[in-house]
Amino acid sequence: MTLLSVETLTVSRGGLAVLEGVGFSLEAGRALVLRGPNGIGKTTLLRTLAGLQPPLAGTISMPPEAMAYAAHADGLKATLSVRENLAFWAAIYETDTVEAALDQMNLRALEHRAAMSLSAGQKRRLGLARLLVTGRPVWVLDEPTVSLDAASVALFAAAVRAHLASGGAALMATHIDLGLEEAEILDLAPFKARPPEEGGHRGAFDHDFDGAFL
Amino acid sequence: MSIWEYANPVKFMQTSGWLLPWVFGATVLTLVPGLVWGFFFTPLAEEFGATVKVIYVHVPAATLAINIWVMMLVTSLIWLIRRHHVSALAAKAAAPIGMVMTLIALITGALWGQPMWGTWWEWDPRLTSFLILFLFYLGYMALWEAIENPDTAADLTGVLCLVGSVFAVLSRYAAIFWNQGLHQGSTLSLDSEEHISDVYWQPLVLSIVGFGLLFVTLLLLRTRTEIRSRRLKALEQRERMA
Amino acid sequence: MIALLTRDLRLAIRAGGGFGLGLAFFLIVVTLVPFGVGPQGDILARIASGILWLGALLACLLSLDRIFALDYEDGSLDLLATAPIPLEAVVTVKALAHWITTGLPLVLAAPLFAVLLHLPGPAYLWLEVSLLLGTPALSVLGTFGAALTVGLKRGGLLLSLLVLPLYVPTLIFGAELVRRGAEGMAIEVPLTMLAGITAATIALVPFASAAAIRVNLR
Repeated sequence: MTLLSVETLTVSRGGLAVLEGVGFSLEAGRALVLRGPNGIGKTTLLRTLAGLQPPLAGTISMPPEAMAYAAHADGLKATLSVRENLAFWAAIYETDTVEAALDQMNLRALEHRAAMSLSAGQKRRLGLARLLVTGRPVWVLDEPTVSLDAASVALFAAAVRAHLASGGAALMATHIDLGLEEAEILDLAPFKARPPEEGGHRGAFDHDFDGAFL
Repeated sequence: MSIWEYANPVKFMQTSGWLLPWVFGATVLTLVPGLVWGFFFTPLAEEFGATVKVIYVHVPAATLAINIWVMMLVTSLIWLIRRHHVSALAAKAAAPIGMVMTLIALITGALWGQPMWGTWWEWDPRLTSFLILFLFYLGYMALWEAIENPDTAADLTGVLCLVGSVFAVLSRYAAIFWNQGLHQGSTLSLDSEEHISDVYWQPLVLSIVGFGLLFVTLLLLRTRTEIRSRRLKALEQRERMA
Repeated sequence: MIALLTRDLRLAIRAGGGFGLGLAFFLIVVTLVPFGVGPQGDILARIASGILWLGALLACLLSLDRIFALDYEDGSLDLLATAPIPLEAVVTVKALAHWITTGLPLVLAAPLFAVLLHLPGPAYLWLEVSLLLGTPALSVLGTFGAALTVGLKRGGLLLSLLVLPLYVPTLIFGAELVRRGAEGMAIEVPLTMLAGITAATIALVPFASAAAIRVNLR
């Protein structure tokens, strides 16, 4: 079953096209890893897929209410405890998987600690535990392994594997090899947007103004 | 041929460039005679004295102050609905003109009010409304200045203009309720019983037309500048990307 | 939605000063005014309604920039925008949380402060009614201003410039209601206008705020 399919998508940052003609599809049980140099537009692409910004062109098809998005920032509240942070998102997504998520991301011992007293890696684990409580099948993850140690990366890879095995799918931008044999790799470099002179997307202020300016 | 063609910046630049000298000429041909006629060739009204001459600036400026905001509302809506960049830039270009017109109306009003009512300022509904309108212009311009990304700025100021318009009208009625004022009613009623005599009325209409054309001239000029600066920004951005 | 409300209230309590700061500011305004205009009871009684309304308005303004800024910085606004509750609801709940933490304490404390300003006896009822009807509109409009300036580094001053003109109708009718109440005049018009403005504001402005948030997250 195809959970997410993207066709000829053009995404923009600050009004300028950064990636064009992006197309892929994501089946249940599969993971897709986005690769590409810094600034190529991985974050922009993921934010567009998450619906935070409109695409310049192309289509994104996905079943309704299927996607859970995790950004660079984890969106944790420093003064709330680990459990309270998770319980909040569980209430928002109307699920009751807080206990399972605590166990799966190895946060049980930290359950009552305030989020501000966690280390960077522990915060990141809590941020990923948030994904588990959403109960959504399509994970869209932006650099999920930043500041995780080797053991936590393995923990995360196991969580992704379990998610895929249960019929979910994951799309992530990351540089670390998670050791997921289900993962395909999509290199974004060929989709780098061309300048307008070479047939790329033309904004309202990219037209030839010379005649008008004289 | 549709009116939306002028939403294309290039087309707008061409057309406005051609139009500008003509509009400027028309401005000179109406504004100068209107003001000269009004200032020097109208009889002095015995009960008002020479101060009455200020109406040839005061009334046109006040009329424009309100209508420029309405124009900004319309162009903001066009931007928000149809995403025409020129429309958003025209709203941006109009705001400082509207702000200055409001200021002129307030200052000339004070100059006129002092000998007439014996006070520079009175918390009369009309005066109060103009002061509030002035604040709305300031807020609108400040929001444009504060936001880096031009499309974001256009969107947010558009929404502000929409909400602001509703509250500006509300404030107007609140002010009327709050203090029934001493400002005279509108001088330009079509009812011949009410409006001021023709001797004053004719040069006044000419001045209003002149001010209107002056606004169009300035608006075209400023919108052209805004388009150029947007074009520059787009070029710079491309440069950085490459 | 209730989860969001409880979270925001809990955060306000734990961060400290959520409830107290606005009130303390209100008290300071009320204390400073007699220093400025002199201690004569009759003058204070005449301007009490205006001072109380102005104090409430400024105290409310003080906490506006925090409505979205914290959620924007730690990334939860992005996550809320992709969550299954509509952004309009998020914005409305945020305004409600702001009202509970600043507006409601002001409504409750206003009679005490009114004593300091010699507010005439019959006006107390109308002071309470006007604040209860008016402060929700202040919170909702403030949320709109906060939504417009959420992406800006130093949005505080700009926020005041954008929001204060929007407060004019509420302030006029609110203070007028108290003044008329104090003088025993007819209060129907300012009462209905105040209630009407608040109702329309609550019904419509959240759509504008949500639109502004969407633009800012883009």
